[in-house]
Amino acid sequence: MDIAFLSSAMVTLLKAVPMTLLLFSLSVFFGGLLALVIVTMRVSGNRLLSGFAKGYIFVFRGSPLLIQMFLVFYGLGQFGVIRYSFLWPFLREPVVCAVLSLALCTAGYSAEIFRSGIRAVSPKEIEAARAIGMSGFLLVRRIIAPIAFRHALPAYSTEIVLMMKSTALASLVTVWEVTGVAQRLISQTYRTMEVFLCAALIYLVLNFLILQGMALLEYSLSKHRRAAPPSAVKA
Amino acid sequence: MATLELLGFGQNGWGALLLVATLMTLAVTATALLIGAVLGTVVATAKLSGNMLLVGLGNVYTTVFRGVPELLIIYLIYFGGSSAVTAVGQWLGYEGFLGLPSFAAGALAVGIISGSYQAEVYRGAYLAIAKGELEAASAIGMNRMLRLRRVVMPQVLRYAIPGLGNVWQLTLKDSALISVTGLAELMRTSQVAAGSTRQYFLFYIVGGVLYLLLTSFSDRLFNRAERRANRSMPAAAMGQA
Repeated sequence: MDIAFLSSAMVTLLKAVPMTLLLFSLSVFFGGLLALVIVTMRVSGNRLLSGFAKGYIFVFRGSPLLIQMFLVFYGLGQFGVIRYSFLWPFLREPVVCAVLSLALCTAGYSAEIFRSGIRAVSPKEIEAARAIGMSGFLLVRRIIAPIAFRHALPAYSTEIVLMMKSTALASLVTVWEVTGVAQRLISQTYRTMEVFLCAALIYLVLNFLILQGMALLEYSLSKHRRAAPPSAVKA
Repeated sequence: MATLELLGFGQNGWGALLLVATLMTLAVTATALLIGAVLGTVVATAKLSGNMLLVGLGNVYTTVFRGVPELLIIYLIYFGGSSAVTAVGQWLGYEGFLGLPSFAAGALAVGIISGSYQAEVYRGAYLAIAKGELEAASAIGMNRMLRLRRVVMPQVLRYAIPGLGNVWQLTLKDSALISVTGLAELMRTSQVAAGSTRQYFLFYIVGGVLYLLLTSFSDRLFNRAERRANRSMPAAAMGQA
């Protein structure tokens, strides 16, 4: 093992971590917002809206992310309407295209996860809320959303780990994040194993931190479900 | 009707190439799934063995290959494999660079990833077998192999079908990443067609639709397999199917 090479490769790769984190946080944020819209349409009961949401979920979950990303990056510029519109300065940027396609794709997966969370809300709790006069947005905000989110959290944390891994594809549309820089290092030095180990370590640490964070969130959201510690129980 | 001509089977059409590419995607995915089945079985056995060392190794395998981007693993196998082959070639007296065939490298890389997911599927399926059945099999004098063949395997396969369906979909979508090795599968062929005709939007849409056909068709196939495998089970045990 060549420690000098390993540490210099590590330093080079660490410089690309901010880009990976930027891609990750933007796409999780926008993907989450879009997923909320899609899942609202999906459970709305309106045939047209839920049909659209079903179609959206089918298309974005059924095709590879790479082809979606290429469609956005190479495909959109083909149309004059887009090229001469005010959006073009944004859509010309590889980072914007990468975030857009990552967010569109994760929205499809997250919407299904949120839907299974909503289905896990007991009808009795909704009935009880209605009985004391809650309805509409108040019912969603106070009863359905918190319970559904708590149920969806384990599956959602898996999904955002997948998102972290998916940011690697942005390197194929010329965004220099960790995997892209690793590929460049490999082709410059032909030392595949060392570079792979460094990059893999970075991703494993990032994913570990995400999972720990999500576990902490889950823990703090389920306070009421834990038995009180023995010392707190008064006789 | 220039679009139809581009997608057709004529002289300027990409139809035939796209069709071959779709079959190539299926072939490489199926190979990867098989490689993954072998690796997954080995890793699941290790994780269930109760031996601390084997359990640790199994955990490292599933953590690393499920936690690292697929693209990075493909680079590792493709570039790393090629330098290994070149080194062996030099040792045997061949000068110059030897590349790993892109089909083999791609199928192996995606197979390794698929294996890490399949290991968890098989492990879960094994744990779903009722303990009483294993005890009953031992009680009537079946030895380990016979018990494995008659009691364990048929049930593991049955419980694993829904999980395997998910892994197949994942593997199918991961196979698009093999395009970086230059293998002419669906993703790569869409890219080449898009680049040489400058009809990017059209060919990526067509490629995407072909992937959708593959995923929805195989989804239906797995649902049918699940229903068939569970035909002797009471309806309630089949969940929502």
